[in-house]
Formats: sequence, C-alpha cells, structure tokens
Amino acid sequence: MKQTRFNANHRRLGAKMIEFCGWDMPVEYKGIIDEHIACRTAAGLFDVSHMGEIHVTGKDALAFVQHISPNDAARLSPGMIQYTALMTAKGTYVDDMLVYCLHPEFYLLVVNAANTDKDYAYIVAQKGAFQIGLDNPSDRYSQLALQGRKAIAILQPMTDVVLAPMKSFTCAFGKVLGKECLVSRTGYTGEDGFEIYTLDREPGPIWDAIIESGKPYGLQPVGLGARDTLRLEAKLPLYGNDIDDTTTPLEADFKWIVKFKKGEFLGCDVLVRQNEQGISRKLVGFELVDRGIARPHYPVYVGGVQAGQVASGTFSPLFKKSLGLVYLPIGQTAVGTEFEIGIRDKRVRAKVVPTPFYKRNY
Amino acid sequence: MYPNNYHYTKDHEWVAVNGDTATVGITDYAQNHLGDVVYIELPAVGKHLDVHQTIGSIESVKAVSEVFSPVSGEVVEANIELNNSPEAVNQDPHGKGWIIRLKMKNKGDLQALMSAADYEKYLEGLEA
Repeated sequence: MKQTRFNANHRRLGAKMIEFCGWDMPVEYKGIIDEHIACRTAAGLFDVSHMGEIHVTGKDALAFVQHISPNDAARLSPGMIQYTALMTAKGTYVDDMLVYCLHPEFYLLVVNAANTDKDYAYIVAQKGAFQIGLDNPSDRYSQLALQGRKAIAILQPMTDVVLAPMKSFTCAFGKVLGKECLVSRTGYTGEDGFEIYTLDREPGPIWDAIIESGKPYGLQPVGLGARDTLRLEAKLPLYGNDIDDTTTPLEADFKWIVKFKKGEFLGCDVLVRQNEQGISRKLVGFELVDRGIARPHYPVYVGGVQAGQVASGTFSPLFKKSLGLVYLPIGQTAVGTEFEIGIRDKRVRAKVVPTPFYKRNY
Repeated sequence: MYPNNYHYTKDHEWVAVNGDTATVGITDYAQNHLGDVVYIELPAVGKHLDVHQTIGSIESVKAVSEVFSPVSGEVVEANIELNNSPEAVNQDPHGKGWIIRLKMKNKGDLQALMSAADYEKYLEGLEA
C-alpha cells in the first residue's frame, strides 16, 4: 500500500486508516460528524496527497489541453485555474479535473487518485502530433487542503503568499513554513479555503503547524469520511458515483463546463448533438421523505418502475437527513417530484430538492 | 471494558440476562468500527426472533450493518430512546445504547456465546 508523506502525522493523531485506491489513508479521526461540523463552522485540514498531478508542457500545451477538455483553457492566464472534464470521444467522462495554468507552456492537471494511472495512459494516447511533454509526477507531490471560514487566519501567519486578495480558482507560488509550495484557492467542501501542493520531501511539519495554529480556531483534521459528506452537501460530483464514462457533462448538470464555441475537443460532436436534441436524464439532488439513509446503488423507482439507482447518498451531518444525487428521466426532475428508493426490503419515499444542498453565506 | 456478566457473539452483539429477559446491544468494538451512529431500525414489540435472525439495522454515517439476535425469543421492548439519540450507541454501547429486550425462549442459547474474557481474546485475534 502507498503511503503519503503525512502517514506518521495521521497515526500520531489516532486516525482510523483504510485502504483507498491503493493508498493507506485516514477515514476519520474524532468522528465524521464532528469533523464535518468543524469544517463547516471553523476549519478542517485534509491530506489529499493521493490525488494525481499530470504535467503538460511545451509549445502546444494549450492546444492539447483544449483538445482533451470541453472548458475553454484559452481563458486562463498564469495563476488561473479551471474546473473541467477529461473527455472520451463519446462525450463522456474519463475523469473530472482541475486545470492549473502555471505558465503559457505549462499546465498542471489535478485528477482523481482512483484514476491517475488510467488518465495518464489516456492522455499519453491522445498526444498524436502535439508538440508537448507529458509527465506524471503524482508520487512526488504532496497535497493538503485547508478548508473553512478560518482558513486564511490559520494559514497566513506561516506563508508569504498574500491570501486574502487571492480570488477563487487562482493560485500562487510561495513558501509555507519555509518550504516551496503552490497555494490555490480551491477545494472540495463548499467552503472557502486553500489547497497546498509541494514537492518537498519532508512536508510533515506543515501538517503539524496547521494543526497547532488551527487549534484555537476550532480546526480539526478531516478524513475521507467527512470529505465525502462535505462534498455531497455542496453537490460536488464524485467520479465513479455521479460521473463516469457512461455520463456526459450535460447529463451531470455541468453544461457550464462545455464551451461549444471554443472549437474542436474530444466528444464535441456528441455533445453538440445532445445539446440540440436534449438530454434524456439529468443528475438531481434528493432527500428522503421517509426515515432511512439512501446509499449508492440502491434501486430507484419512478412511477413504480425501476429507473436506475442512487448515484451518491449519505446522511448529511449538517441537515441531519438523508441526501443524495440520482439520475432521473427528464420530465421527472422538477423540484418536488416524488419517487421511491429501495432500502433492503422496503421502498421509501424521496423527493427532488434544489441543489446545492449547502451554499456558504460568507 | 467488557462487562463480565454479559455474553458475547462473534458478530459483536452482547446479551445481559435478568431472569427470562435478555437485553441485547452491540459491543464497544462494533460501535467503534461503525463510527457515528445516526439511525437504528428497531423491530416491533411482539415479534419473534430466532437465533441469528436480523433484529434490525444500524446506520452510521459511512455504512449500514445488521444486528443479529444472539438468542431466540419474543421482543418485549425496543429502545425507542435511540430514535432521538442514536449516538447513545456510540457513547454507552453496553448501557444506554441497548437495542431490544427479549423474553427468552431457550436459555440454552446462551451456551453458544462467549464470556467477556473469551470475547476479548477473540478481538485480539481479529486485530492481530
């Protein structure tokens, strides 16, 4: 099993560790609910070093990123970041990813841990005649996410990057605790916050310093368990649950990442056609009307007939009810529409609700 | 940690016996593995349970698991307090976190269960 460079830090804090995509990762420290609420009300620190980092460099770097992504990377200048998809030729997801423009000829793609090797192989296979260099230095990168309204107060004293003026989805190089880092105002929780990337071989002290500095503010270390409940409340999709190589960004309610006027990209023709003809299903948010907790893969019944399965579903620590995401047939996706979910031997009522479930108010 | 006068199963349930009545819950080991418990599906009073029949399910934030009856009998009480405070299963698994009380049909069922000392040895084996 692979270990991040913060493994000893997690063990010192008494984390429960699990195997996740070949990595030995913390699933929880004090408990999912406590960690979730700490992140919503103060701050949370996450080790996300298992994420993948792929470098695209050279003269055709921009043209190549434009080819594999439906969003318009030409709008990025150095220091800007974009959420997008890595597309199949069928207009479906190989993965979702962040594109960091670090230099006109250097783009950093941040991809899911579960998909890093698959994505890199796929990207290499798309290289063709593009004049680019490709590299997958994922194992050399460490990555932390500091999320929550107290993130600036906690991080600013230990970095020369001036955090407050940074806009959402921008990044800057600088030092954190004297170590070279890339700091971006991004995250996967619905909160304000930062992600810190470093190639430093001993980044452990950064973790300890943030934990210490964050204590008076109510910061807690957060494991993969609460990472999932936090991202779901904010309706941030998870590859493998909500999006995959059978779903398109239009179906996943991510039309805004598809820029039809930017020129050719993989799957473009399929998405143009789907956009003209209309989608037949859409990813929507639901809550259970009856008691119970709807979880991924539970069967979904519309008008008494099975119409797919739950994509994501969990107990929401903030709203204290069962929330989730599901693909429903167009025509059944309006807010308030009722349907049923099979939980073991019972069918319970659910209804479509507005998303995101949680939106920060600061 | 594990009360000496309780009986234990390999599925991490405990039974406390008082006359013909058996109180059933899940062990500290089980609650620790489940994490934050948020919902417990309780059986109806009057329901008859056989040994190893499903009592109900326990939902934590991250997973659902079934609770099995360690003994046979009729459900005489379900801990409805858990509807309002399911966290009792985490905070006091061997006490306030009890799940049901059964009127035992066959006290011989207890002979198949482990003592506290045996259960602790069993746990050491699981963690090794």
